Amino acid sequence: MLQYTIRRFISVIPVMFIVSVIVFLLVHLTPGNPAYLILGEDSSQESIKQLEQQLGLDKPIVVQFFDWIKNILTGDLGQSIYSSEPVTQVIFDRFGPTFSLMLLSLIFILVISIPIAIFVVAMRKTILDPIFLTISLLGVSIPEFWFAILLVLAFGVTFPIFPVAGYAPIAEGVFSWLYYLILPAFVLAAVEVGLIARMLRDGMLESINQDYTRTVRAKGVRESTVLMKHVFANALIPTTTVVGTAVAGLLGGTVIIETLFTIPGIGQLLIDSIYRRDYPVIQGVVLIISAIYVLINLLVDLLYAFLDPRIRYD
Amino acid sequence: MFKKKRNILALSLLLLISLATTTASLWLPLSPAYIDPSQRLLSPSETYWFGTDDFGRDLFGRTIVAARVSLLVGVVVSLVSTVLGTIVGLVSGYYKKADFILMRIIDGMLAFPALLLALSLVAALGGSITNIIIALTFAFFPVMTRIVRSAVLQINHLQYIEAAKTTGASDIVILLRYMLPNVLSPIIVQGTFIFAKAILAEAALSFLGVGVNPSIPTWGNMLQESQIYVTIAPWFSIFPGIAIVITVLTLNILGDGIRDAFDPHSTNRKKKRFLRRRNQDVTLNGGS
Repeated sequence: MLQYTIRRFISVIPVMFIVSVIVFLLVHLTPGNPAYLILGEDSSQESIKQLEQQLGLDKPIVVQFFDWIKNILTGDLGQSIYSSEPVTQVIFDRFGPTFSLMLLSLIFILVISIPIAIFVVAMRKTILDPIFLTISLLGVSIPEFWFAILLVLAFGVTFPIFPVAGYAPIAEGVFSWLYYLILPAFVLAAVEVGLIARMLRDGMLESINQDYTRTVRAKGVRESTVLMKHVFANALIPTTTVVGTAVAGLLGGTVIIETLFTIPGIGQLLIDSIYRRDYPVIQGVVLIISAIYVLINLLVDLLYAFLDPRIRYD
Repeated sequence: MFKKKRNILALSLLLLISLATTTASLWLPLSPAYIDPSQRLLSPSETYWFGTDDFGRDLFGRTIVAARVSLLVGVVVSLVSTVLGTIVGLVSGYYKKADFILMRIIDGMLAFPALLLALSLVAALGGSITNIIIALTFAFFPVMTRIVRSAVLQINHLQYIEAAKTTGASDIVILLRYMLPNVLSPIIVQGTFIFAKAILAEAALSFLGVGVNPSIPTWGNMLQESQIYVTIAPWFSIFPGIAIVITVLTLNILGDGIRDAFDPHSTNRKKKRFLRRRNQDVTLNGGS
């Protein structure tokens, strides 16, 4: 296990290197001079020069790249052009809402999709199975922002139970925190539920035809016990990887949901920074989200190897 | 694949949408660009089937015309990412040395959530249809590469490939004549799903205001405009959304259908084979 862990950790290094190269190139992909683009058409020659110097754009691109890598390694992501604060600080301030939103969504996903999957597998020989498959296909075909608009329409207008915009930090009380987050977290989760429940179902159907399941049945164990203790438990192992997939969906979806429900998280920061052409913040956000994504996938892989020893001897 | 009703239904619906949007100017009774401030935000009626928007434009016509951008982006992104992903996947599955470097780059690209990569690329390049197509291609082709590569690795050591090598076939012949036809099915399936994902992503980018120019009718742009009127004119938000869902759903059904048709382990076939065998047993045992 230790050997596998070390190997897996080392494999993250080239991935993060490529990620930082792509993020570095983002600014250089802009058509024309980035400093000119940031400051707008009416800016003076002097202020452009000054900004170029601040961003290091006056240096040769190779030097810029090594500076960028050096700065990342020392935890310096530059300064926001909009607020002049360090980018790491700007991102850190917005971390709470995004983390809360994603955590609650993940809980929703698991709490909703696991019972659905078990139920569908138990009813696999009935009409319920094709109905479930169609609904889950519909689930992945609905854009989350449209689903959010529909929910806003339902809850904001017809049944005004939940607030449709805003955020309350957990420090102001767990209840109001939950109260504001329920709707956005549900929307974010709903899109993933179809996919995750489908994967869980497929995993369970795979193990339902295995020899060990037949043996357990032959012993005369009740069908519900067979499903829960043997089929579901074994299907859980491949499902850990599913959580990695879900987090990718959540990280992308959070940008849309935060903008829609005006939650002051990282996603909203990204969109705001795109409008403001605040490139250091855009780069910082993209880099950090990708790093989180890579880290979560690493943890999932390690968990997977821990649960299923065969993986370690690949 | 065409034995299932829902696959036929999905395909005909998709063709109908494509036909309706390309020929829209010939048959639409109201111009989708005609502004009439006296008719703003009207609910659906006999004249305006889907109601009108904040400029008094006919929403039915706009929803139909908006399919153009979505389908264009979907077709081009899925084709280009399929071709690009197939080439890189074939090369990287076949040449060990290239594989190491190519896969590190692909892994790096896969380390971004797809929408985030597309979003930041569009932010850098600027929002035009061409740039959105470029950004989405970069977001989606790495997955295709991975799939093609793993399919190539599975057949790489098989005898017919060895045989082709022994006869002195050049690499290009082996790759195109022996490898490609045998990895084609996952490519087509994934290509269909990329089509669907690209439509969703384009709508999301336009909705976030970083996509196609707001003056061009797209489903994402319409939903973006409709957002502030959602309480007083819900139809403005509902119809473009339904259009997205129908288009993406037909593509997903087709992708699923193609996968089932190609997949020898598909549940349907297994069931049929099982039934056939059971029937045979019954006849062998004298119908007992």
